[in-house]
Amino acid sequence: MNTTPDLMHTSSTLTFADHWDHFLARWGYRRGNHRVTPGLYTIGNPTPESPVLVTANYSLSFDAVRSSLPGADGYILVLDTLGVNVWCAAGKGTFGTDEIVRRVEATRLSEVVSHRTLILPQLGAPGVVAHEVKQRTGFKVEYGPVRAADLPEYLKTHQATPEMRQVRFPLRDRLVLIPVELVQLARPTTLAALALAVLLGPLAALGTAAAVLAGSALFPILLPWLPTEEFSSKGFILGGAVAAPFAWLAHKQVAGSKGQRIGWPLAYLLALPPVTAFLALNFTGSTPFTSKTGVKREMFRYIRVMAGMFGAGVLLALMLRLTGKSDKASKR
Amino acid sequence: MASIIETTTCGCAPAAQVGFVALSQRNTLEFNAEACINCGMCSAVCPQGVFAPGVRGTRRVQIVRADACMECGACQLNCPTGALKVDSGVGCAAAMINAALRWLKEPSCGGPEPTCGNSEPAVCCG
Repeated sequence: MNTTPDLMHTSSTLTFADHWDHFLARWGYRRGNHRVTPGLYTIGNPTPESPVLVTANYSLSFDAVRSSLPGADGYILVLDTLGVNVWCAAGKGTFGTDEIVRRVEATRLSEVVSHRTLILPQLGAPGVVAHEVKQRTGFKVEYGPVRAADLPEYLKTHQATPEMRQVRFPLRDRLVLIPVELVQLARPTTLAALALAVLLGPLAALGTAAAVLAGSALFPILLPWLPTEEFSSKGFILGGAVAAPFAWLAHKQVAGSKGQRIGWPLAYLLALPPVTAFLALNFTGSTPFTSKTGVKREMFRYIRVMAGMFGAGVLLALMLRLTGKSDKASKR
Repeated sequence: MASIIETTTCGCAPAAQVGFVALSQRNTLEFNAEACINCGMCSAVCPQGVFAPGVRGTRRVQIVRADACMECGACQLNCPTGALKVDSGVGCAAAMINAALRWLKEPSCGGPEPTCGNSEPAVCCG
């Protein structure tokens, strides 16, 4: 039988292997497999009085915590969140009261430390009932800052400033999300573009690829600068701007009847913007500020418009394609 | 936990919700000022700065940015006196569409097979 509680050791230094793991995670490679073994870790040379920081077993979460603590002595209690980050896991309840209680008991934390305080990441709060943790384990929950980078400052005073408590979504945080979006869309977009290239020509294929890229890469970058508040209308604006040059090119390129010269640009302006807008709407879940009520309202308002415009655009393109052929045939 | 009672279209609380007052037309956050003891827990957990600790000598937290509430549910869970209520869930269109397509009751994100968003440590299906 084990007489001393099991402790694992970690350091604040990230190795090349860690950075490589982060890179793969960002590109969505085996997304569920960037995991750390749950349990109690020491960092530096902690004493029984040293603080206990709680985090998720997603490697990016764990590494964010430890790399923010160079020179510090303490404990990191890693919960089993199935390899999911703190906030998502809290929303799901896997970063939650029950798992904290289970992990505190399994690691025999009360035998390792003399104090009775757990420092949780603030973004874990949607899954945790602090007063229940206290009741069930004797450990008082203290909510630390949102960002691990603020931990050293927080550990000095155990007071988080309003700035530390506020989530932000700066350009850097938006940029790192783009690779996963691109990876997820690469296959369907390539297939659609190939089919369109055969059916309608290269311009239609390029236009579609541009609309998808606008929704998945340009949109996260431009998010705060696009006018209007709703994601869908922002997406329509961006999608319209991206579709416009293709509509113009279509107008220039098409030689046929007047109907063809007006019809094709119209088909581009109808079919492409909803693609961008739909991807923009789907980005709501990646941001730290959209609410369930707001997204529901937005979906109710815009999804039918998107489907209608897209359907009309595709239908129009098919009709133009068929009549365009008969135009040519009659000329012969 | 009390069942979630639909607020009416005007955003006001039904008669059964005595004490609870809707704070914003834009979300489902409700506050029962009578129950608040100004412990500061809500302002500690809220990632959107909806609450600010009450002025010294008062017994209630200040509501400073009610419209910014993203319905994460942290305040309701951590309020020791049950003074806050919110219909919490993910503000994620992808998860909602996914749930609708698979006839699921409650959309969610994360998990071994994430249904939406990204595995960003601080940012996901809010």
